[in-house]
Amino acid sequence: MQQLEIKNLRVAIGENEIIRDLSLSVGLGEMHAVMGPNGSGKSTLAKVIAGHPDYKVTGGEVLMDGENLFELDPDERARKGLFLAFQYPSEVPGVTIANFLRAAMQARLPEGEELEATDYYAKLYEKMDLLEIDRSFTSRAVNEGFSGGEKKRCEILQMAMLDPRYAVLDETDSGLDIDALKVVASGVNSLRGPNLGVLLITHYQRLLNYIVPDFVHVMVHGRIVRSGGKELALELEEKGYDWIREHAGEPVAA
Amino acid sequence: MKTDTSAVNIDRDKGDFHYKVDYGYDAGVGLDERVVNYISDVKQDPDWVREFRLKALQTFESKPLPTHWASKDLEAIDFNKIRYYLAQGQRATRSWDEVPEDVKRTFERLGIPEQERKFLAGVEAQFDSEAVYSNIKKAVGEQGVIFVGSTEGLKEYPEIFRRWFGKVIPTGDNKFSALNSAVFSGGSFIYVPPGVKVKHPLQAYFRINAENFGQFERTLIICDEGSELTYMEGCTAPKFNTATLHSAVVELIALKGAKLQYITVQNWSPNVFNLVTKRGLAHEESEIKWIDCNIGSRLTMKYPGVVLKGRKSRGEVLSIALANNGQHQDTGAKMIHAADETTSNIISKSISIGTGRATYRGLVHVPKHLKNCRNNTECDALLINATSRTDTYPAITVRGTGNSVQHEASVSQVSAEQIFYMQQRGLSEAQAMSLSVNGFVNDLVRQFPMEYSVELKRLIELEMEGSVG
Ligand SMILES: Nc1ncnc2c1ncn2[C@@H]1O[C@H](COP(=O)(O)OP(=O)(O)O)[C@@H](O)[C@H]1O
Ligand SMILES: [Mg+2]
Repeated sequence: MQQLEIKNLRVAIGENEIIRDLSLSVGLGEMHAVMGPNGSGKSTLAKVIAGHPDYKVTGGEVLMDGENLFELDPDERARKGLFLAFQYPSEVPGVTIANFLRAAMQARLPEGEELEATDYYAKLYEKMDLLEIDRSFTSRAVNEGFSGGEKKRCEILQMAMLDPRYAVLDETDSGLDIDALKVVASGVNSLRGPNLGVLLITHYQRLLNYIVPDFVHVMVHGRIVRSGGKELALELEEKGYDWIREHAGEPVAA
Repeated sequence: MKTDTSAVNIDRDKGDFHYKVDYGYDAGVGLDERVVNYISDVKQDPDWVREFRLKALQTFESKPLPTHWASKDLEAIDFNKIRYYLAQGQRATRSWDEVPEDVKRTFERLGIPEQERKFLAGVEAQFDSEAVYSNIKKAVGEQGVIFVGSTEGLKEYPEIFRRWFGKVIPTGDNKFSALNSAVFSGGSFIYVPPGVKVKHPLQAYFRINAENFGQFERTLIICDEGSELTYMEGCTAPKFNTATLHSAVVELIALKGAKLQYITVQNWSPNVFNLVTKRGLAHEESEIKWIDCNIGSRLTMKYPGVVLKGRKSRGEVLSIALANNGQHQDTGAKMIHAADETTSNIISKSISIGTGRATYRGLVHVPKHLKNCRNNTECDALLINATSRTDTYPAITVRGTGNSVQHEASVSQVSAEQIFYMQQRGLSEAQAMSLSVNGFVNDLVRQFPMEYSVELKRLIELEMEGSVG
């Protein structure tokens, strides 16, 4: 029961089927990597789990600790412990990181209860130090004018503050130089533990040198074509996606 | 999710309640000479005021509605169905204990006595036509600061009052300034002596309680040389099915080197026509700043202005307008440069929700013979829904060499991606919207005094809650 369970999921945009009968379970405490070429549907999967309104679920379900996520609004899913680190995080003009996170944490408290400001800032500064984010960032508007790397760090900061049960990290490594990658990876590693399940979406094997997964899944054209242990990532790195496509009987893209 | 409905309702429409009150003085329905004379009689006006009123009535009757450029919705006002004067008496007390119980409970519910204790230097509370309470802290009074209702002001301090009254905004400025001049009652009269810096704000609260009523307060503030003052006004009215009219005239005078800041946070119910004329006269090296937050009403037409009469004087208008479903906020600013080295700054932010419409109308005038004048105008509009509307009419005429003007305008929308992003962090759609709107006005609100930015933020949240989902 303590798992994020994707069962026979089918998702379409218009007439176009993007996720085609995909099943995958992430147990609490586990780190699952999903690897796949561009356009295979990884971000679509992430956003459907989080409840993005643009996608049409045409089959299957997603259960979080046994509860059907498709019956919940995106914000309810979040408050119940689902977190998505976006591949392309939105800007929230004029709203500072400090205020944004404060509102997000306040939204998790029972009605009538106020977030304790001192505790909040203590935690915020601790997590910022961990992610090597300058204190001046608290007064900057969320993602406004951030570099790619700053955005990714800010996503992990939010994850660290919100203590999710299940987190989907969508290409959190893209656009990071090696130093920034190490910082983000150590941030994610510090959050690992028996009370967090992670679905780590990535295009490159590189990230998995720093965040070592328990399981690796390869996604091609909307379905998982191969699953295995962490060695699978290395094999994939060596042989390339075409190798997988051939094995999976999928057409090899030009 | 909304469980405690009773508490939520009171909070959502903080001003939307009304108690039955016995009025001893009632000018009846409609407007003519008899009504104006009735008002003059009960207020025991000096002759010059009565004459001023009667002349103004003629001006009002002769002037057309400005519907050639403004909203046709103005034609929905039936001047013959409005009550122009309602009061229990004409003298404001100096103590809340002496305010009649049926009126006092309204202000208690609005939290006015509490705010007075906490952070204000003085308060005037107006209920329909007359101020029922008016008081300043002893220490402020001892500095020679005068803070009374307009009726008391014109009688007790005629030498100051008469010198400035109607000088910044002449009766014939527009149809509604003429109307106000004919039937004005209530509003504040303030005089700050030379060099006196009033540390805490003075506040007036204008409350409409009666149906079919028109409130016509008249405020006159004079800051003598080198003095400083912050004045704040708040307003509410209950929601009625019929039209309520609020038509104030506010005149500010800042003498040499004075600094005067006038803050409005209005939260009118959606049946109020709010047609207000506000203007300041800035003498040499003085500064007049209008902070104007317009929430609610059916139609607001208000363009606070500053006439920059003295060298190196400075005028500023910072305004926020929120037009919800069915509402039209037609607001803006006027800056009339009339001396060298004068500067003006206009920052206007508007938010349109649902079928709400926000219009910015500006007027910046710098004549050719002036030197080294500067104006900066920024107007930003935020549209929440596809049906929301915004228009901008910035009329800027800057002539002459060495004068400069900067103008920026933007229209933006809260994107669906942004809302989804915020929802993914656990905020409801309404919370995400109101946080986005607060973000939009944030850089402006930061310049407001603390108590008012908190109040404004709360009002925006309540508006968004009522309009989303
Ligand atoms: N909002 C959208 N509208 C139309 N097509 C989309 C949309 N989002 C994704 N797609 C299409 O779905 C496919 C999968 O995209 P995506 O999930 O972003 O893949 P990945 O993250 O693996 O690169 C692509 O062909 C992409 O063009
Ligand atoms: Mg992607």
